[in-house]
Amino acid sequence: MKLTPEQQALLDGSQGEVMAKIVKTLVMYGDTFGAERMVPVTSSYGHTVISFGLEVMKPVYDLYDTLIAAGLPANQKFTADPKPLDPRVPSSLLDDLVFKKIMYTQQQRYEEQMRKLGITNDDDYTCACYLDQVGNTPKKGDVLSWAESSAVVYANSVLGARCNRNSGMIELMGSIAGFVPEFGLLTDAGRKASWVVEVKCQHRPEAQLLGSAIGMKVMEEVPYVKGLEPWLGTELNDEAKAYLKDFGAATASNGAVGLYHIAGLTPEAQELGESLILPDAQVYVIDDKELERVKANYPIVWKKPEAKPELCFVGCPHMSLQQLKDWTDAVEAGLRKNGRKKVAVPTVFTAPTPVIREFEKTMGAYRLERMGVVLSYICPLMYMNNPLCKKKNVITSSNKLRTYTSARYYTEAEILDIITGGRV
Amino acid sequence: MKVFKGRVIVPGTCRAEALVSHGGFNTLASYQMALMFGDKQVKCGDQNNADLYKKPMLGKALCLPMTIGSTTGGMVLYTACALGKAPACMLFSKPIDSLAASGAILGDVWTDNPMPVVDSLGNEFLEAVQTGMMVSIGENGEVTIED
Repeated sequence: MKLTPEQQALLDGSQGEVMAKIVKTLVMYGDTFGAERMVPVTSSYGHTVISFGLEVMKPVYDLYDTLIAAGLPANQKFTADPKPLDPRVPSSLLDDLVFKKIMYTQQQRYEEQMRKLGITNDDDYTCACYLDQVGNTPKKGDVLSWAESSAVVYANSVLGARCNRNSGMIELMGSIAGFVPEFGLLTDAGRKASWVVEVKCQHRPEAQLLGSAIGMKVMEEVPYVKGLEPWLGTELNDEAKAYLKDFGAATASNGAVGLYHIAGLTPEAQELGESLILPDAQVYVIDDKELERVKANYPIVWKKPEAKPELCFVGCPHMSLQQLKDWTDAVEAGLRKNGRKKVAVPTVFTAPTPVIREFEKTMGAYRLERMGVVLSYICPLMYMNNPLCKKKNVITSSNKLRTYTSARYYTEAEILDIITGGRV
Repeated sequence: MKVFKGRVIVPGTCRAEALVSHGGFNTLASYQMALMFGDKQVKCGDQNNADLYKKPMLGKALCLPMTIGSTTGGMVLYTACALGKAPACMLFSKPIDSLAASGAILGDVWTDNPMPVVDSLGNEFLEAVQTGMMVSIGENGEVTIED
């Protein structure tokens, strides 16, 4: 890789040993992928995937102490993934003991480190940092140093920004250095589609199921998806963006997708059309039967598959304001239809704190609370990362949560039916 | 004995028993429970990986096409290296992905326990190697599957 004289000086130790190691890490990272140069990070803000102070991850926090001691705050402020704890979410005494005394003993230390390194705000812990209310929304063409698979795939695909699927820690090092190696999704060639996905469903495909099917098929490659126009149209409105947010999170977690193009809808597909498709692209046809097959193959890891759900999570990735409003209306209608006043399963909706604040200005928050639904900024994935939850029968409409935990996946319609009618 | 030539990502020699994942290796899903609760054998916790689920990973030559899943993956591998709970080495049939590369590089630059990593060994490597076979990495990144 060819470094500028300034970058070479950093590598040679002009700003100390720690900065030199940061640049060495970025150079090795770039060399691995054939990067020829570093390019400046141009977005206003970074985003880190690390939001938790886990006892077992002490080596990460020790390294962050090293960065702070070396006087190396990030060159740009950044948002972070959602926190693992929120007192509003139902938990037993035993849960609390495990969370606070065994698992998340480093939480306070970590949040203090984030302040020193440059988090934008104590409220800006969310995986959906790009939502308007949070305000970390990159412009088309911006170069990012982000991590969080669902945010990276959204920024690349829906916003047209440029970011590789960076790992936690690497993203912060890019934000500190102010530059990242140019390869992969930062290049025009790396943004071409090697898969064409033809959606031939009779009904609107479930976003998280479609994303899962595509992620499992194409893995880390770039898909160009055709056939969604009847349901998503050609305008990136709130509904389409919410659909793509959930769709993308499933492609990234069930596979390793960092960028997708939706014909006629996403910025690069609108601008460049099918010229984005590589000549030898493979084709994957998805119809209703294929989606049923994918769903039927998800392993059910509950000890008793017929057991009654004990907890429901909706909002992984975090919900948008419109999604909160739509879900509130849907739950209310469902309860009315079933002659109930409160949800039949303890239910948690998760969203960014700034979105929750906006929602709380409406009657929706009061209605939701009255129906027994908890509204939280928590990360359901981090909440479920413990053996106690493995024994808990949790249901979700999130394919990301299903992938990483023992939560059982249902479509949004099924979830609604279960929580408002008590039927499984 | 079969010999494969790949590309060295993190240098080092090693001889260990193979543990083979034919599908993408989900780093977070595989490691999270084992790391969090101090599982000494570091058993794989990814219920979606039929090849590895519940099998010990510590000290094995992890043979895989690529890693998939959450972008915490590299941080998780770094932590595994720092705590001495990483595989003995990672051997990729495909070119390495960005998350695995990050973890391997972080382990190399920032810990005292770097984990040798070789990529681009080809599909034939993953077809030839089976869980339980002995595998070694030579000085030049040559990977040998012993009979």
